[in-house]
Amino acid sequence: MSDTPAPIPSLADRARRVNAGAPVVGVHFLGKTAVFVLGEEDLLFVAEAERRVHVHAGAVLASASDGTRIITGGDDGEVGETGVDGEHRVIATDDKKRWIDNVALGPDGAIAWSSGKTAHVRTKKGELRTFEAASTVAGLCFLPKGFRLAIAHYNGATLWFPNAAGAQPERLEWKGSHLGVTVSPDGKFLITSMQEPTLHGWRLVDAKHMRMSGYSARVRSLSWSADGEFLATSGSEQLILWPFDGKDGPMGRQPTILARAESRVVVVACHPRQPVVAAGYADGAVRLVRVEDDALILAREGDGQPVSALGWNETGQALAFGTESGDAGVLAL
Amino acid sequence: MPAPDSSSKIPVTVLTGYLGAGKTTLLNRILSEPHGKKFAVIVNEFGEIGIDNDLVVNADEEVFEMNNGCICCTVRGDLVRIIDGLMRRKGKFDAIIVETTGLADPAPVAQTFFMDEAVGAKTKLDAVVTVADAKWLADRLKDAPEAKNQIAFADVILINKTDLVTAEELGELEARIRGLNPYARLHRTQRAKIDINEVLGRNAFDLDRILDIEPSFLDSDDHHHDHDHDHHHDHDHEDGPHHHHHHGNGLKHYHDEEMQSVSIKTDKPLNPDKFFPWVQDLVAKDGPSILRCKGILWFKDDPERFVFQGVHMILDGDHQRSWRADEKRDSRIVFIGRNLPEDRIRQGFESCIA
Repeated sequence: MSDTPAPIPSLADRARRVNAGAPVVGVHFLGKTAVFVLGEEDLLFVAEAERRVHVHAGAVLASASDGTRIITGGDDGEVGETGVDGEHRVIATDDKKRWIDNVALGPDGAIAWSSGKTAHVRTKKGELRTFEAASTVAGLCFLPKGFRLAIAHYNGATLWFPNAAGAQPERLEWKGSHLGVTVSPDGKFLITSMQEPTLHGWRLVDAKHMRMSGYSARVRSLSWSADGEFLATSGSEQLILWPFDGKDGPMGRQPTILARAESRVVVVACHPRQPVVAAGYADGAVRLVRVEDDALILAREGDGQPVSALGWNETGQALAFGTESGDAGVLAL
Repeated sequence: MPAPDSSSKIPVTVLTGYLGAGKTTLLNRILSEPHGKKFAVIVNEFGEIGIDNDLVVNADEEVFEMNNGCICCTVRGDLVRIIDGLMRRKGKFDAIIVETTGLADPAPVAQTFFMDEAVGAKTKLDAVVTVADAKWLADRLKDAPEAKNQIAFADVILINKTDLVTAEELGELEARIRGLNPYARLHRTQRAKIDINEVLGRNAFDLDRILDIEPSFLDSDDHHHDHDHDHHHDHDHEDGPHHHHHHGNGLKHYHDEEMQSVSIKTDKPLNPDKFFPWVQDLVAKDGPSILRCKGILWFKDDPERFVFQGVHMILDGDHQRSWRADEKRDSRIVFIGRNLPEDRIRQGFESCIA
């Protein structure tokens, strides 16, 4: 079905254009500065002026930010930390120079990363802890209270207490390859994205399963709304929002489907305060989607360059976007 | 969304071969030739010989089942991750080479390129190249199912270390290989010395390159061998099934008890409404036994020839081009696999004749 969409209001020509010169693989705001994570070697700081900061001798494989610093993992085996001043320092180096596949930041300042089957945590006190998973660690995320680290892997996920030496990690089992993990802001639900185009979830209180399927592609981007009431997801030719406003989460309920398009949603980022989602499409379009009524505003015109990164600043007054081809921008709202 | 055309995708060559056959020798030879190409090399963690290349990634060979209830739908989880990471450095290399361990099954590697949409969008499987040890392969075919898999699955086979065997032993080994896989390109090598164009850029999984389905015969380029391999008397039986053992090349014929190929040919047109349900049902039921399949098809009233290829349960097919006026129209398919229900496959195929 190709119902021709009516033209939607556009702010695209108000965006500040940024030529990143390399594929953009992530974007974070440090205060007012948009920081684009490039596929190789550098972070690109965009404030009044632009500035590149060298962080890895090779590919940048993962990044995370708490708004004051950016943690990156590289194929040079290093975990780095870069502050708003652009100062970069190395936090850890893998002893075999293996790739750092994932990084995560905890609410209390703890840092997690993984290489191969090993997950590492540097606690806020600076102590190092490690956990050996049975298979390669495919995703990491701290629980909201920061005591536990969720680890996605083959056949499920593990909840690990890095600070409690004797505590047995909790295994959440589900057959198949789990490639990404996120936990609801209230800490009640853990969701993984799988090799198949589906999400799997557990209600943590009783490990009850939930499956969220119907996607046309692997779900590579997940974002929680500011109030935690829904989870926005990529992977379909529409924006899919799963409800998490009740104690059962999406069990037995239908998702909200918005912003239908010809092209597939590949990146999502929820506004930090309002029920609005930025959706980046494979055709290069970025749409701002109001959840209440599916009202749309175009933030970037579709030009065939797949969107690869989206990020809001803390107040939600600026949205940064980047593409696989390196064409990026910042839109002030 | 405009799909990237296949020429912009990074080609991936998979090197397999039983322990000690000479995979790493071949790999280092490919890397050191003055071809001006840059490679990203994915090696297994336990490789004992150094690889001289800028971009070398260690892989864990994690084989993951897809969660779709099909035991043969497996992918290499580490490849999904590594290729995603490598593509951040696109522009730093022209091609990717994956060296597997000696015990690896090539199918999960191949399936990764068809099952994972992100991997398939940016890279394409070029060929599975198997290095065989001329002296020991015959023994391994008896005691190591992995070795048999690697031969049956291959697009290109190097019979390496030919200086360690006699001409008779070599001929015997080639016949054994042909019994498992009549379609791969066979090369005889010493110290894995080969023109790299015979190994790279083969497009063995590219539908556009499915030109013909005939047993492939030894190239007489690099040998010092006096067997008469050059003749190829194709014993086609009009309208009848085409037996896959070929005659006239002076070699003995081996029939492996477990692994075979089934080739069928007909010069009557097929009914697509019968063929597609049949082949889909076949791979759905017998996919675990079918390692590879390939076909060129003539459908009734269809001016274009249809081609397909598959790995286990995954089928990929499309119209390829118009039949040429001077071209004999017929349909040929081949299945390579374990304990194939040959009679049932033949009957099923014949029931698809229009």
